[in-house]
Formats: sequence, structure tokens, C-alpha cells
Amino acid sequence: MKEQKTPLLRRGWVQSLLASLLCILIGLLIGYIVLLIINPAGANEAIITILKNFLTYSRKEAQIKYLGNTLVKAAPLLMCSLSVLFAYKVGLFNIGAAGQYVIGAGACLFCALYLHLPWYICLLASLILGMVLGILSGMLYAYCNVNVVISCIMFNWISLYAVNMLLSLVKESTSPYTLTLSSNSPGSILPSLGLGDLFGGNSYVTIAIPLSVLIAIVVWVVLEKTKLGYELKATGCNKSAAQYCGMKEKKNLILTMAIAGGLAGLGAGLYYLTGFEQWSCTQSTVPDMGFNGIAAAFLGGLSPLGSVLSSLFIQHISSGGAYVDKTMYCSQISDLISSLIIYLCGFVLFFKFAMNSWLNKREEKNIAKQTAETAAAGKGDDEK
Amino acid sequence: MEQPYAIEMLHITKRFPGIIANDDITLQLKKGEIHALLGENGAGKSTLMSVLFGMYQPEEGTIKKDGQQVDIKDPNHANALGIGMVHQHFKLVECFSVLDNIILGVEPTTKGGVLQKAQARKKVVALSNKYGLKVDPDALIEDITVGMQQRTEILKMLYRENEILIFDEPTAVLTPQEIDELMEIMRNLAAEGKSILFISHKLNEIMSVADRCTVLRKGKYIGTVNIADTSREELSRMMVGRDVEFVVQKEDAKPGDVILDVSGLTVASKAHGNNAVKDVSFQVRAGEIVCIAGIDGNGQTELVYGLTGLEPAKSGTVKLKGTDITHAPIRQRSTMGMSHIPEDRHKHGLVLDYSLEDNLVLQRYFEPQFVSKTGFLKRGAIREYALRLIEEYDVRSGQGPITTARSMSGGNQQKAIIAREIDKEPELLVAVQPTRGLDVGAIEFIHKQIVATRDAGKGVLLVSLELDEVMSLSDRILVMYEGEIVGELDPKKTTVEELGLYMAGARREEKRA
Repeated sequence: MKEQKTPLLRRGWVQSLLASLLCILIGLLIGYIVLLIINPAGANEAIITILKNFLTYSRKEAQIKYLGNTLVKAAPLLMCSLSVLFAYKVGLFNIGAAGQYVIGAGACLFCALYLHLPWYICLLASLILGMVLGILSGMLYAYCNVNVVISCIMFNWISLYAVNMLLSLVKESTSPYTLTLSSNSPGSILPSLGLGDLFGGNSYVTIAIPLSVLIAIVVWVVLEKTKLGYELKATGCNKSAAQYCGMKEKKNLILTMAIAGGLAGLGAGLYYLTGFEQWSCTQSTVPDMGFNGIAAAFLGGLSPLGSVLSSLFIQHISSGGAYVDKTMYCSQISDLISSLIIYLCGFVLFFKFAMNSWLNKREEKNIAKQTAETAAAGKGDDEK
Repeated sequence: MEQPYAIEMLHITKRFPGIIANDDITLQLKKGEIHALLGENGAGKSTLMSVLFGMYQPEEGTIKKDGQQVDIKDPNHANALGIGMVHQHFKLVECFSVLDNIILGVEPTTKGGVLQKAQARKKVVALSNKYGLKVDPDALIEDITVGMQQRTEILKMLYRENEILIFDEPTAVLTPQEIDELMEIMRNLAAEGKSILFISHKLNEIMSVADRCTVLRKGKYIGTVNIADTSREELSRMMVGRDVEFVVQKEDAKPGDVILDVSGLTVASKAHGNNAVKDVSFQVRAGEIVCIAGIDGNGQTELVYGLTGLEPAKSGTVKLKGTDITHAPIRQRSTMGMSHIPEDRHKHGLVLDYSLEDNLVLQRYFEPQFVSKTGFLKRGAIREYALRLIEEYDVRSGQGPITTARSMSGGNQQKAIIAREIDKEPELLVAVQPTRGLDVGAIEFIHKQIVATRDAGKGVLLVSLELDEVMSLSDRILVMYEGEIVGELDPKKTTVEELGLYMAGARREEKRA
């Protein structure tokens, strides 16, 4: 049997890539139109600023340093997108990555600031708490048939307020923010291993960044190469078939949510333990990191390696939005534009579908044309 | 006696990327006839009907209605021309009444948009009586039997005053009794001047009801024959392209040790919680095919679920080779030597989004030959194994082992399941309707495999709704009626009529040894 070569445009990864690029383009276009509507004078400059992000700085050192900042925030985004895509491959929609992220943040900051534990313990705590939350959602689904989306949304809010309460124990007396790590628990800060120096002395650049990429690779290997991935995906595709061939489908669902939760929780640890941001104990919305993880997962074509790139891009434009000229646009503009683009990112699957039907049509036409030609030239080929 | 044609499809050619689905096909449907369209899975029947329905435009060929050339653009256009179809999978709104479903899309209303159901109801009742459809217009679809649902679909076409009625494999979902009723209805419709196109691959039905038959094979037109002048054998030769053995060739069974020992098994139905299997006891020995016969819904499904572990047993015991497995997990039953060809290949049998090779190792992926100690799949070994099964069991697919199971034809999906379950070298093979919806070529193949499994000294428990299959394949027949085994018959000594009486509950053995 000879293996047919798949045409380039038909290959899964090419399609994902093209669809993602198309989404980005349309997102940018719509963003640009919105900027034009609000204030035509500054639109060109604003959209370029968003795209340039850290490159707006003229000095090379500053550029490198702020690239570091983008990377620091891209790491947790990558973890959240891995969490979403892992669950998605198993047929579950983990909208609870946001809540698992929150609980992970609470766990690591509490361990650091209240218990003054070393960084690896703090990291472990965020991983475990995220897992616990995932397990709860998974168990509710497996044993009580509570839809994962519903339980996850509830847990998002439960964890937000629980963490607000918990971290009030370690907040600054004059502000709603938690104490800084550097002055209160330097041992809890993730080690930089010299990476900070590479980024112009940006002390927030730590092992979190390479670690998150490493985890993306591990997730890919687990999903594609191992027995565990085979079982989990089978359960996700067809629960009844998994049961029929003797897989423990309930265990698999819970395990999936545990892993997904752990990834999101760990993501929070990899972010808050750099000391880049302090937790505001009065915040009343769930941090959007988990939700952006959904967009990043889809923009990345639901592949762990694609997620690395998509997380970086989404964080790039989000950070870039902060540099938009605030005298021409209100301060919310950066969020508006980046959320517009992120929103469009969700359309990757739609574009993939559209691309396939377009290819089908074109192929059909080609064949019709070819056969018409051969028929005209003489007689058509009989079946082989 | 030249009759005008209701519909003529002349020299239709339709190509898809890579294949010619219809190659110069001609189909002429006379007024008032029942015309069968026969062909194996993938012969191009569905494509041809889609062309007639305007879902595809043919590259070549013309369609004529009543002698006038028409260009059917879309299904609405086809409807306007009086062409109606009963699909294999009904298109009904479950929570609507029969009447609501019938008028859906052509609701009679006042000018203000208020529904005028009374008048529609009258028309439906009149139609129902005229053709003997016996449908209650006020019943909800979800409450009525599959046969009734099908008659609702028929009424839908009649209500729209369609003249050309297409039945797409209408008997696949029906019980033997319902099939007889449907045949009667089709004859009535034809007698009233409707033209019927009957798509099927069941030769018996075509022989009994059709006037003429057009045969397709691999997208090509083979011929059109008068049923009165042909035989089952000729039709099957035209369809498959070779002689087909209808009678399963097998030696007498040589039953050995008891493989499966079921005693007092009671299983509750998942749907309603009542006992669907009531105190059932029987044995299957090595080297014999025991068949559970019965009309669909008499507890066969639940019995199999109880045996294979998909549902817990309420009471009783199941022993496999002397070991009590009543409460054993499914994986353990499987590794102890139970293979299960499930009733629903899409629900249980396959992970449709997995590749063929991944589906072929679904029952064995955890064995050391396919997975390393560290938990990594041995892709090379899986590919090798898949290639062997594909070769041995002639599983055909577009891209070999990496084909997505979803894109394979039903017959080949079933072959893949059979390959997987038989190659496991089970002690007991539980096969539930292993040939459902398949064409004669595939059925012949599967029957041979099952007999070969028996001859290799394995026990086979076959659950089938097809009387022909029951009679020709089994060594012993157990008839199930309302969750109980009401009779044990010897296929050599019994008749289809006697079997039917047991299946309908009209006769039962009071005491079974």
C-alpha cells in the first residue's frame, strides 16, 4: 500500500497556523477600525504601538527588559492555555482554569507570606490546590453528572472570595495589596539562575519561563505518546466506548480535571512567585488570565506547542496595549483592543472548517474540469 | 403497455474528489410501481438520491419528471416537484405530536398567523385511514414505536401530496412484524398511484414487494430487472459481482466444556429501572453457537450488558470457565477471555475520532507488546498489528491504519470490530447483531468468521433479530420474550413459523431442563 502524500494545505498544522494568522489579522483589523472610530487621528500610531509592545522603547536594554516582562506574564498564560487544552482533548471544557489559577495564587502567596516557606513548597502548594479544585469539578461531573462548565464557574467565584479572605491575613496595612515578596519572604521568590541578567537585569525573569515551556512539551508527550493520553482522549471522544473496553471512565474524567486544575494552579505559582504582581484583596472580578487561556488554547490550534506561540502573542499585544497614547484614548482602550483580538482568536476552528470546505469545493471543480478535459481529448478512464 | 415514467434519471454522473460516486447511471421510475434500488454499501445509492433531491448537482446527465426535463436545484425544489423521502434516521421533533410533525413547515394558518390545526388534523386522519397507517395524530413522537414514527414520516410525504416516495432502507429499524406491515402499506400506496423508490440491500424484501429493481455496484449501473423474472441469487450476483453463499456452510457442532454458565440472572433496565432480564439461566459450551432470538426490546440488550459488565447484575451469577465474574470489572472479563461485538458500533464499538489502528488495539493497548513499562505506546508495534488485521480481515479504508474510523463505511467499521474481537482469541465471543445494516458480501464474511471461531473450539453467544441469521448460524436457539427465556429450539428441527410463535409470546415451554 502506498501512502498518499497529504497536500500541504490539508495538513493539520498548516491549517491551524493559517487559521490562527487569519484570526489575528482580522482581530487587528477590527481593533484598528474601533480605534479609527474613537479617534481617527491617533489610530495608526496606536495600532503600531500595540504591535510593537516593548519595541516602542528606543534603547536596546529597555527593549530587552520589557520583553522580559512580557515573557513573565506569558508563562502563566501558557499554563492556563495548557490547562484548557488538556481538558478539551478529553472532551471537557475547563472554564474553571480561571478559578484554579486564583486558588493557585492564593495557595502560593499564603505559603510564602504567612508561612515563609521556600519557593518550591509554595509552587507545590499552588499545584496541589489547583488539582483539588479540578478534582472537585471532575467528581461532581463523574458521580453527580453536574456539568463541568457550571461547577467551574461557581468554583471561580468561590475561589476568588476565599482567596481574598485568606490573603487579607498577609496584606499591607495601608493598601488592599499583599505584602511584597522581596521584603517579606525572599526565599519564596523563584530562582532566576542568571536569566534575569540576560534580560537586562529584569529580576522578574525566572525559571518560570523555561519551566512553562518544558511543561508544554511534557503535556504534548503525554497526550500524543503515552498510554495515559490514549486512554484519556478515548474517554473524551467516546465515554461509552471507553467503558466498553474496560477503561475506568470516571477515574479518567477526574484525573483529567486534576491535571488541568494542577496546570492552571501551577501557572499562578509561576507568576505570583516572581513578585511581579501583588494580589489585590479587594478585587471583585476573577483575573482574566484563565479566560485568556481559553483564547490562547484555541489560537494555538489546541496543540501544546502552538499554545507556546499563541500565549506569547496574546501577552505581547496585551502588554503593547498599555503603551497606547492615553491623551488620545481613554485608559481602557488597551484592554478593549486586546480583548477584541483575543475574542477573534476563538474563531480558529470556524476558519479551519471554512478552509476545508473551500478546499473541497476547489478540488471538486478541478476534478470536474480535468475529467471534462480528458473526456474531450478522447475517452475517460475506466475505473482501475 | 407503455407507461409514462414518473421520474427518469438519465446517464447521471457525479464525481467527488478521488472517486466517481455515480458513473453514467440511469434509473427510470414508472407511475404506480415499486422500484427497488439495490447495491452494497458505497455503491452510490445515497449519492444518486441526493442528486434527485437537489443536494448535489450532477456533472452529466438529465432528470425528467413526467417526460419534462427538470433541473432540481435544492431539496425545497424537489419537494415542490412532489418528491418526498423517508430517511433512514427519521427527521422528527421528539417532543411534538404526530400531527405537529406532519404539518411542520407547511402549517395551515389564518392570515394573522394563527395555527389552524383542526383542518390539518382532518386531512391527516383521512390519509391515515385511506392507506391503513393507523397513526394517532395526538401521540407524542417520543412515546410511539419506531414503526409508528416511520408511518408519521410517510404521512408527512402524503400530507404534502408527494407523488414520488423514496424509502431509504426503511426496514433496518423495524421488527419482522413491522416490516410486514410496511410492505403492505407500500403496496397500498403503489395501488393508489404513488410511485415508490425503495432503497435496500435486503434481497428478501425486494423480492417480496418490488416490481422492478435497479442494481448499482461501485458507482456503476449494472442493470434493471423485472422481479418476476429474476431470483435472489441473480440479484445478489449483480450486486456483489460474484456468487454469494446464502446458506452458511458448517459442520455439526461438537460441544465441549461449559464456557459460560448463567444462572438466575436478573438485570434492571437503565431506561425504566424495572427488571428487563428476569431470572435467566443458560449455558454456552465450547464449540457451539448459541443464539438468543427474540423481537427487539425483550431484554436481549440488558442480558448482554449484564454478561459483559456494562450494567450490574441485580441477582444471579455469571461464570466464565468456572470463575464467578458476576461483579468483575469489564477489563477483567475481557482479559479472562470474553470478547464482545457490541450492538451499537458507534456508541460502544469504536472511538470514531480515533484512527483505525488505534481502534484495533482498543482492547489490548495495555498489553506489554503495545506499551512500554514507562507508559509510552509502542507505535511501531501497533502499526504492525493493525496492518496484519487489516490484511487478514480485509478491512478497507481510504488511508489504511491512519484512516479516521468515522470516515469508514459501516461495513468496514464492523469488520474492524470483528477483527479486533476475534483476533483476541477469546474463550467466549458475545456477538450482538453482528451483521446489522450490512450488505450480503459483508454478512457472508462475518458469518464465516463466527463459524471459524466456533470451530476453533470457542463458545459463541449470538444475539440476533434476523430470523434468517438465527436459523442458519446457530447450533441452539434460546428465545427471549419479555425478559425470560421461553423456549430452547434446535434449528434443524424447528421452523421459522414455530420460532415466530415463541418470539411473539404465543407459545412457551413451561419447564426447562
